[in-house]
Amino acid sequence: MASGLDPSGRLNAYFLNAGTSSFTDFLSAVAPDLLPGRRPLPPGQVDVPHATTIVALTFADGVVMAGDRRATMGNLIASRDIEKVHPADPYSLVGIAGTAGVGKELIRLFQVELEHYEKIEGTMLSLEGKANRLATMIRNNLGAALQGLAVIPIYAGYDLDAPDPAKAGRIFSFDITGGVYEETDFDGVGSGSLFAKAALKRLHRPGLSRDEAVRVAIEALYDAADEDTATGGPDVVRRIYPIVMTATAAGTERVSDEEAATVAASIVESRRRP
Amino acid sequence: MAMQFYTSPEQIMRDRSEYARKGVSRGRGVVVLTCADGVLFVAENPSTALHKVSEIYDRIGFAAVGRYNEYENLRAAGVRMADLRGYSYARRDVTARALANAYSATLGAIFQEQTKPFEVELCVAEVAPNPVNDELYRLTYDGSIADEKGFVAMGGQAEGIANVLKAEHSTDMALADALALGVKALGSVGGEGGAPRQLPATALEVALLDRRRTGRTFRRITGNALTALLPPPAGGSAETPESKPAEGKASE
Repeated sequence: MASGLDPSGRLNAYFLNAGTSSFTDFLSAVAPDLLPGRRPLPPGQVDVPHATTIVALTFADGVVMAGDRRATMGNLIASRDIEKVHPADPYSLVGIAGTAGVGKELIRLFQVELEHYEKIEGTMLSLEGKANRLATMIRNNLGAALQGLAVIPIYAGYDLDAPDPAKAGRIFSFDITGGVYEETDFDGVGSGSLFAKAALKRLHRPGLSRDEAVRVAIEALYDAADEDTATGGPDVVRRIYPIVMTATAAGTERVSDEEAATVAASIVESRRRP
Repeated sequence: MAMQFYTSPEQIMRDRSEYARKGVSRGRGVVVLTCADGVLFVAENPSTALHKVSEIYDRIGFAAVGRYNEYENLRAAGVRMADLRGYSYARRDVTARALANAYSATLGAIFQEQTKPFEVELCVAEVAPNPVNDELYRLTYDGSIADEKGFVAMGGQAEGIANVLKAEHSTDMALADALALGVKALGSVGGEGGAPRQLPATALEVALLDRRRTGRTFRRITGNALTALLPPPAGGSAETPESKPAEGKASE
């Protein structure tokens, strides 16, 4: 049952002697039905919303992550203002590409997982530890992924234990089987990532300032939207702009819509044919 | 066959109560009090790693006295319950009342069914947008639950501590004043010949459920932040000038 309590209302042995700091392990004991990836899937394919392009890059003080706002279902636009980049905890960011519903659920579980560990243990997981936890969740989703419900995250954060503060911004990419790979400088996931990464390769250099990094991220998404129909560009009519977040020693922060709008407008202006 | 002696249920319960009460009163005190800035926890605890005060959820904190392994178990169970509820419903649906009820049922069952009761006393606190609506629940070893207004004092000589709080506490106190009062109350007992003790920052564990924050409101006040907030050791005369910079620090 969702409340997890005995009929008498008391906390049962699962709560008192769980012996684990992992929320996922705890859930698999008391409420396995709440875990993604554990449900038997009927055969067949369904048309579901897919989230698309996310980019992440390092800069002088940490990392920037940005995602476009489009979700598609076949040739239709399922959502114009989906949010695909979220803070995972006070110092790291996670974005998802792939099946939107499963991805949102995984992000929510991942956020609780990190907070739960921190509260039970009194200390945060290391950045690698967090990336490995996320990899385990993706691995558990392999069965669903093979039936077309794949989710690929991208994870980036500020490493509080990094020996060199200039290299504290770190990015991790994943594959569908739960492989986790640390990336240098930048990475992207989703349908438009090929084009976004080409742009990042051209625009990124070590030691970018925060404002430059935000511009590079939005410009890479602009290039992706230019070539990939599943990636949404800046929507000036509805005033919908990419979600951009930073993770630095001061924590995570969302770049305001006004700032994203200004940067997007200046990129559009610079590309306009004279 | 060994002879079974008859013991009346009253006697059994009385013995268990006495045993648990003794265990609790051996420990050092903890006070929880509402103030303008939130719900403040002040514990007399020289350890920086074994906490008496902890975060449970966004707006809910936990304080305990007694046997460490027993209340640590209960704390972890509370975190699990809160996270499970928040994950299956929504973050807003996690309440101190539900948690206090679960603790009460658990402690009550342990007290009745097991030979050795838990030697603990707990406080579950939830901060509200308005000090008047803050919730403080005190739970004792036998599962009794009380909804306290304004402050809770637990541990050895809790009555003496509570008397100091009762005389001076008000819900609209500033953080620095509330902290000074909490430290004074904790120091008012246990001194030689009834003399008040001066508690240094290193002997204190202080945390706040910050009323103005959104999301996770719990934060520990340690190190320099704590010494800046505490009144200077001399005490007395320099009260007004010292409380002003301290307030500035707290609002950062």
